[in-house]
Amino acid sequence: MADLVLTASVLKETKIQIENTLIKAGVNTVLLIDEAGNIVVACGHKINNMDTTSLAALAAANFGAASQIAKLIGEDDFALLFHKGKKGSIHVARIGTDLILVTIFGDNVSLGLIRLRVAQLARTIGKAFGQK
Amino acid sequence: MALINLSKREIHCKIVYYGPGRCGKTTNLLYIYNAMNNKARGKMLTIETKGERTLFFDLLPLNLGKINGFDIRIQLYTVPGQTIYKATRKLVLKGVDGLVFVADYLKVRHEKNIESLQDLHRNLLEHNLTLEEIPIILQFNKCDLVPTPIPTLTEEELETDLNRELKTKIFEAAATKGIGVFETLKEISKRTVHYVATKHLLT
Repeated sequence: MADLVLTASVLKETKIQIENTLIKAGVNTVLLIDEAGNIVVACGHKINNMDTTSLAALAAANFGAASQIAKLIGEDDFALLFHKGKKGSIHVARIGTDLILVTIFGDNVSLGLIRLRVAQLARTIGKAFGQK
Repeated sequence: MALINLSKREIHCKIVYYGPGRCGKTTNLLYIYNAMNNKARGKMLTIETKGERTLFFDLLPLNLGKINGFDIRIQLYTVPGQTIYKATRKLVLKGVDGLVFVADYLKVRHEKNIESLQDLHRNLLEHNLTLEEIPIILQFNKCDLVPTPIPTLTEEELETDLNRELKTKIFEAAATKGIGVFETLKEISKRTVHYVATKHLLT
């Protein structure tokens, strides 16, 4: 697992992509994190009222645990996780090899739209970070 | 896996406290959390379990100030020490930049200390890492029990068991009383930041 060095231009471009693809579609909060639980980019109007450090660490751990479960049932990995709440839901998806996209949204946005937009975003972010 | 944000001028490093069950890893973090002021520390995250044992991990984010204009942000993690949680320990080690191995002075923990260090070796190898490249500090915890009637190991025994090959710095500690806790943190932070900075900024 290589260290991640982030330049201003990559971060700016990624933030714009997330804003245009997910935040404008009605998503509350988006965190782009690495597998160690570090926050790479945080977007959305609720991030200042949220413990994003804990959220990132738990999401990365949750994703890691799910990957291990996948191996136990003969899968290589689970590409996404989805937790549904009464008002808010969380969608967690792998981006390339080292990054994870955490999307938090309310019941005004459909899961199908999130899946579609995250898949689009995965390609652009993966390319910006030079991931496979 | 350190994260270096050139835009915000921040360096994020991950330090993991490793060691056998009940050796005092969470106690180290709790002492640091209670002793540091609110500005320098984040919220301590502990995943609730029914007993005192750590099920997944504890996390304590700290701001250690500036070095060469970069804000140094450290995340301290603990692992569950009990043997059965091997898979969880491996997960927490993902992206580790520095390690504190907490050993237990209690004589009954003699084998567990050695087993845990061997387990650390194996888990690091699965992440393509070795103890030779990652900064590591040894902490011999519960030194306050040595003068009591409770059977304990000697410092020499612990050193022979754990530091024969590592040859790293050792700190005596009594984490419940705070003895040696900040000394350990200071040394591992210094080594970890140096390790990350040498790789990316100074070379």
